[in-house]
Amino acid sequence: MLEVTGLHKKYGDLVAVQEVSFVAHPGETVGLLGPNGAGKTTTVAMIAGLLKPDRGEVRIQGNPVCSDTDPIKRKMGLVPQDLALHPELSAIDNLMLFGSLYNLRGAHLRREMDAVLELVGLADRAKDRVSNFSGGMMRRLNLASALMHDPQILLLDEPTVGVDPQSRNAIFTNLEELKRRGKTLVYTTHYMEEAERLCDRIIIIDHGKVIANDSLEAVRRLVPAVNLMEVEIVNPGLDGWYMGLRSVEGVETVESNGNQLRVGMGNLTETAPAVLDWLKANGHTYTHLSTQRADLETVFLTLTGRSVRNA
Amino acid sequence: MSWTAYEALVRRDLKLFFRDRRAVLMSFAAPILIGSFFGYLFGGVTGSGDTAKIPVAVIDQDGSSISRHLVAGIASDKALELRQVTLDQANSEIRAGKLTVAAVIPKDFGDHAAKALFRATDKPEITFMYDPSHGAELAMVRGMFTQHAMEAVSSEAMGGNSKLLDETMKEVQGANGMNPADQKSLVQLLGSVQQWNARLNANPQASGEPRPGLSMPYTVREEAILAHKGAQYNAYGHAFGGMGVQFILMMGMDAGLVLLLQRQGGIWKRLRAAPISRATIVAARVTSAMIDAVVIQFVIFGFARVVFGVRVEGSMLGFFLLAVAIGLMTGGFGMLVAGLGKTVEATRGLAILATLMMVMLGGAWVPAFLFPQWLQKVTFAVPTRWAVDGLDGMTWRGLGFDAAIAPIAALIGFAVLFTGLAVWRFRWDG
Repeated sequence: MLEVTGLHKKYGDLVAVQEVSFVAHPGETVGLLGPNGAGKTTTVAMIAGLLKPDRGEVRIQGNPVCSDTDPIKRKMGLVPQDLALHPELSAIDNLMLFGSLYNLRGAHLRREMDAVLELVGLADRAKDRVSNFSGGMMRRLNLASALMHDPQILLLDEPTVGVDPQSRNAIFTNLEELKRRGKTLVYTTHYMEEAERLCDRIIIIDHGKVIANDSLEAVRRLVPAVNLMEVEIVNPGLDGWYMGLRSVEGVETVESNGNQLRVGMGNLTETAPAVLDWLKANGHTYTHLSTQRADLETVFLTLTGRSVRNA
Repeated sequence: MSWTAYEALVRRDLKLFFRDRRAVLMSFAAPILIGSFFGYLFGGVTGSGDTAKIPVAVIDQDGSSISRHLVAGIASDKALELRQVTLDQANSEIRAGKLTVAAVIPKDFGDHAAKALFRATDKPEITFMYDPSHGAELAMVRGMFTQHAMEAVSSEAMGGNSKLLDETMKEVQGANGMNPADQKSLVQLLGSVQQWNARLNANPQASGEPRPGLSMPYTVREEAILAHKGAQYNAYGHAFGGMGVQFILMMGMDAGLVLLLQRQGGIWKRLRAAPISRATIVAARVTSAMIDAVVIQFVIFGFARVVFGVRVEGSMLGFFLLAVAIGLMTGGFGMLVAGLGKTVEATRGLAILATLMMVMLGGAWVPAFLFPQWLQKVTFAVPTRWAVDGLDGMTWRGLGFDAAIAPIAALIGFAVLFTGLAVWRFRWDG
C-alpha cells in the first residue's frame, strides 16, 4: 500500500504541489490527472524519492523512505516520462543494468529479464540495439525496465507519450495484467480517456492542488451536466456569441472552440430542443450534432472552467 | 555501497565508451597522430633523424683574409646552414620567413678588428638582421659568430700577418697618454708573439706546435644523461605522454558532460529511484573513467613503443600506477565538470577551455622547462604538470619508482579534491 500525506513543494514563490494526499491499495490503479504543469510529475518525483518535499510524507507498506539506500525503495518501480534507456545498448544490456541496480544477478536476473520481455512482447528483439526500436517498442521496454525487480508499486509518469495507438493498447494490456496480479499502479496522464479506461480512483490536480479525489464513478457525479451536446456551427458569431445560451433553462455549461459548440445539460430531452431553438432564433445554422455522456474532460471543465488541453 | 550496482554501472559506462566511434577515434587515433607530429617536430629519436639547422646568411663586404676565415668557420658549424647572399636578397628572404639571421661583415672589418684586439678603439660593427619571431636563434648565432670571429681575428693578428703585428707594435710604442706600465707590458707581449712567429716561420714543418692565435681553451664532449649508457633521447616519449594526458582529460570532460545529459533525462531518475547511494554512482563514474584512461594510455604508448621505439626505461610499476592516478584525476575532473555545470550546452565551452589551459600549463604541448621560472613554479598547482613530468620520468628519463611517488600522490590528491568539490556542488535532484 502507498500512503501519500500532505506533500508540498515550492520553487521560490511558485507552489508546484500543494498538500497532496492519497492512498493507493494493492490491485488498484490511481490516476493523477491534470494539464501539463499541474504538478503531476513533481508529485511522482517526490513519491519516487527523486525530489525532497518541503513537507509531507510518503509511506510504503507503512514505512517511510528514510535514505537513498533504504531497502523499502525496492518495493517501488518508476517509469519516467522521458525514455530511460540507453539506445546504444541492446534491450538485454538495458534490462541487466536496471536489474543490477536492485541487486539482481545471475540466474535470478536472467529469469526476471525473460519474464518482463515476455510480458511486453519483446522477447524476440532482446538482443537488438534499442536505437533500432520503434517509438512504441521503446516505451514498452521503458515499462519493462521498471518491472525488473518485481516492484509492488509502479509509478507511471505519462508512459504513453508519443506512442501510436497500437503500442498504446499493448501498454494498456500490460498494465491491466499487472493490476490483475495485484500491483498498485499510480498513473499520471493528461489523456482523460486513458484514465477512464485504466483507473479505479481519479485524483484531479490543477495548479498543484488536488481538486477531486474519488472513484471514477463518484468523480463523474461531481458534474451536474451528465450529458453533453456537441453542435457544429456554420456561422459562429464574434467572441462570446454563445453566452446567451447560459440563460436557457437546463443548460449547465457552455464552451465553444471555433465552429465546435459544447453544451452540458442535466436533462437531454427537455434542454436539447431549447438549445436548438436558441440557435435558430439567433440566426446560427448547424450541420452536425451529437450527444454523449459526460467524461472526465467535462469534469475538469466543470471544476476548473478550462479544458485540460487548453489549460 | 551496492557492489552489484557499482559493477553494472562501470560495465555500462565502458560499453558506452567503447561503442562510441567518435569517442574512440578522439581518444586513441587523435593522440597518436598529434603525438607523432610533435615527436617528429621536437627531434624524433636523437641520432637517427635530421635535426633542424638554423638558416643563416653572410654578406661579406670585406673579403679580407680575416673575413674569409670567419665565414669558413661559420660554414663548418653543424648547427648552421650557411649561404652567401646579397644585402637585398637577405632583406627580402628574412621578411618572407625563409631566412632566420643574416650577418653583414662590413668593409675593412679585418683591418679594424685585428687592431681593436689590442686597443679598444675603432671597433668594426657586424650587423645582424633577423626575423623577430626567432629571437632565440639570434642569440645562438651571435654566440657562434663570437667564437669564430675571435679565432679568425686572433689567428690573423698574431700569426699569418706580420705586417699587421708590426703596425700594431708601432702604434702602441707611439701611443700618447697610454699608461707607461701598460705600454711596456703590451710591447713585451707583441715582441714575444713576433719571436714565436719567427720561430714557426723558420721551421714550418714542426709538428706538435700550436697554430698561432686564440682558440677555444677547451674541447667539448656531449653526453645526454638518460636511462642508461648508449640510450638515445626519444622526443616521441614526451610527445605521446603529453598528448595522452590531453586526450584522456578530454575523455574525462566528455564523461562529465554525459552525466549532465543523463541528469536531464529519464535514466538519471531511474538511477535515483533505485536503492543505491550517491557514493556508488560517483565511484562507478570515476572508476570507469579511470579504466578508460589506463586503456588509452597503454594503447597509445604501445603504438609509440612499436613504431617509434619509446620505452618505459624507468619503473614499469611506477608507469602503471601513474596511469591509474591520471585516470582517477580524470574521473574526478569529469565529475567536477558535471558538478559545476548546469546544462551541457552552457558547460561544454568552459570545460574545453579549462582542459586546454590545464594541458598547456602542464607542459603537454611544449616541455615545462621552456616556461619562465615563475610559471614553472605556478604550474605545480596544475595536475597535468605532475602527470606529464611523471610520465617523462618513467619513460625516457628512466627514473625509478621513488620518482613516481610524488606525482602519483599529487594526482590522487587532485582526484580527491575534484571529486569532493563535485559531490558538494552536484545537483542530485536533477
